[in-house]
Formats: sequence, structure tokens, C-alpha cells
Amino acid sequence: MFSLLQEAATTAVETTEGVAVVVDETHAAGAHVPTPGVELVGHAEEAAGLPQLDIATFGNQIFWLVVTLVVLYLVLSRVALPRIAAVLSDRQGAVTGDLMAAEEFKHKAREAEAAYDKALADARHEAQAIVNQNRAEIQAQLDAAIAKADAEIAARTAESETRIREIRASAETDARQVARDVTAELVAAFGGKADDAAVGAAVDGRMKGALQ
Amino acid sequence: MATEATGGGLEFHPMDQFVVSPLFGAGEVHWYTPTNVTLWLALTALASIALLVLGTRGRAIVPNRAQSMAEMAYGLVHKMIEDIAGKDGLQYFPYILTLFMFVVFANLLGLIPMAFTVTSHIAVTGILALAVFFGVTIIGFVKNGAHFLDLFWVRSAPLAVRPILAVIEVISYFVRPLSLSIRLAGNMIAGHAVIKVFAGFAAIAAVAPVAIIAVVGMYAFEVLVAFVQAYVFTILTCVYLKDALHPSH
Repeated sequence: MFSLLQEAATTAVETTEGVAVVVDETHAAGAHVPTPGVELVGHAEEAAGLPQLDIATFGNQIFWLVVTLVVLYLVLSRVALPRIAAVLSDRQGAVTGDLMAAEEFKHKAREAEAAYDKALADARHEAQAIVNQNRAEIQAQLDAAIAKADAEIAARTAESETRIREIRASAETDARQVARDVTAELVAAFGGKADDAAVGAAVDGRMKGALQ
Repeated sequence: MATEATGGGLEFHPMDQFVVSPLFGAGEVHWYTPTNVTLWLALTALASIALLVLGTRGRAIVPNRAQSMAEMAYGLVHKMIEDIAGKDGLQYFPYILTLFMFVVFANLLGLIPMAFTVTSHIAVTGILALAVFFGVTIIGFVKNGAHFLDLFWVRSAPLAVRPILAVIEVISYFVRPLSLSIRLAGNMIAGHAVIKVFAGFAAIAAVAPVAIIAVVGMYAFEVLVAFVQAYVFTILTCVYLKDALHPSH
């Protein structure tokens, strides 16, 4: 490849050299001190063709290119690549670790949820049991209290009935006595003589149906 | 004004930007002379190092912008080698990344106005291409021995046409460094020269707006080309590496 380029460049130089000398001398630039030989040829190439085909600068370019590439390779392979590889693997590790931790947390959360559900169910069960027990106790106490109250009520009712009967009996007796006395007094007031037996019979007859 | 501009302003020197000149004073360019090539090669290396070394200084799990870009460049080349050349191509990753970073930064830095584009020089791209060519050829023979020549002997073809195919394969193999270097340098030369020509037209007031818009458009296009050519150079290197590692068709 290089031999080809070299050939092209040298022919370019040869063909333009004659012209170039004339051109160069007609407008010799201020910056270019027209030294004979190499400088003239160099200028001719700049004017004539691609600077890329100027073989004279190849050595320079190749030398500095190789230096640059070696330096760049050494820095990249010694410093940059291990560092980036480490960062990437760290990140990979961190991501994997985080995912695993997340999985673990998820597992724990699920366990906690199960435990919570179980505790809740137990508590509900226990509460139910307590409620049932209390209800039974209360029912029993209630039953006992009702029975006691019933018994008392029955006793009181019986007592009251006896007293009412007594009161009624005494009231009847009293009323009969009062009626007899009043009748006897009335008879005496009308000037009659009260016959106890007749008065009693009359009072009894009148009072039949009034009491009862 | 306009006539004056056409008379005095229309001077095209599209190729002057490629002239290799010494950095300090005038004179002959020796092989050791620090030239504008030296300067821009150094800047290319420094830019690559700045991105890949300084950019990753934080070593952050959550990267900042510079570190993201460095990791993207790393990932791009790493994936490219793995996809094309396979896992065993990854041992050459540092070399290929060096190539990619060098070419991409040389191309991009060359787009800075007044810059010198080192990848526009056939000497530079030629050395890069020859390095790739000799590198993969040596790898091919070291890894496969004489079996590397299977690359030229297409066993899937009928026996009668194999010699003809072998000749074609050999020619195409030896054309590789030429096409690799000319493609890159040619793209760079053409783009920069066209921008310069449009810029020269901007001296004429009548066409100046068109010329300036054209320069802007070409510049954007050249940014794309700078990336694409670096990518193409690297991907072809990977393809050649694949041929060297697995020569059988």
C-alpha cells in the first residue's frame, strides 16, 4: 500500500517540481524563507496535491501515532478498564444483592402476614370463646336471679294473699258487727226492742252478695 | 462590497487544513519534530483518558454523566466483540477499545474549528489498519496454525470453484487494510474539505446564508460520520478478529 502511495507522491513531485519553482518564486510568501532544496519541494507539494500524500511527513506521523497509541493503550488497560470493570461488577453485585434482599424481605413479609393472620384468627377464636363463656355465665347468673326472684315473688304473693284473706275476713266481721250495732241502735231509736238474733239474720241476709 | 468579496475573498484552500507543520518555528519535519499531528494525537489521547479515567474517578454505583458515557463506550465495544467475535475475542478487548477511543476522539476533535484531524491522514489510518491486519493475521496463525488457511478454502463450495474462490478470498483479505484505512481517511478528508469549500463560499454576500446553513448542516452530518466511521472501523476489526479466531466458514 505504501509503495503505491509513494510512487504516486513521487510522480506528483516530479511533475510539479518544474512548475513549482517558478510559482514559488513568483509569490514567495513572507513566512517562507525560500531556502533551496527541501523547502521548495515541500511547498510545491502543499500547492500541488494532497498533504496526505507527502511522504516526508509520514515518519513523523507514524512515530507520534505509535507513541500515542502505546500510551493510550497502557493507560486504558492498566487504569481505566480494570476500574470500569470493577464498577460494573460492583453494580451487578449490588443489583443482585438488592434483588436477593428484596426477595428475602418479601419472604419475611409473607411470613409476617401469615403470622399476623394466624394471630388474628387465634385472637378471634379466643374472643369467641370468652364471649361464649361470659354469655353462659351471665345466663346462669341470670337464670339463678330469675329463679330466686320468682321464688320471692311467689312467697310474697302467698303472704299477701293470706293477709288479704285475713283483712277481708276481719273486714267482713267488722262490717257485720257495725251493721248489727247500727241496726240495733236504729231499732232502739224507733222505740223498738232489738232482737239480736233477728237483727243478725237481717244483716246477714242483706250482706250476702255485697261482700264476696 | 459584493464584487470586492468575489474578487478578493474567494480563495479556496480546502486542503490547507491537512498540512503537517512543525509546532515551534518553521523548518523541516523530522520524524521526531513535534508537529500539529503530535499536538492533536496528544489531545486525542488526553480526551480518551479524561473520559475513561477521570470520568470514572467516582467509581459510583449510580454513575454521573461522565461515568455513564465511559461505561457506555466500554459496554458498546465489549458487547460488539462478544456478539461478533465471541467470548474468546474478549481477551483482545483492551486493544480494540484503544482503537475505538482513539478513532472516535480523533474524529470528533477534528471537528473543532481550526483543529487538525489526525484520522484524515492516510499515514495514521494506514498504520491503524496495518496494526489490525497484522494483529489478526498473527492471532489467526497462532491460534489455528495452518488451519487458519481454511479461511481461504471455502469447503461449503463445490470443489471445482474452490481454487477460484481461494484467489478471490486471498485478494479480499489483503485488500482489507487498504479499504479500512482509505474508508476512514477518505471520509474525514471529504467531509472537512466540503465544509471548507462551503465556508469559502460564505465570502460572497449573496450566497453567504446558504453557505453558512450548508456548513451547519455538513457539520452535523460530519459529527454523525465521525461516530459512524469509528464504529465501522471497530466493527470491521471485530469481524476480522472473528475470522482469525474461527477461520472455518
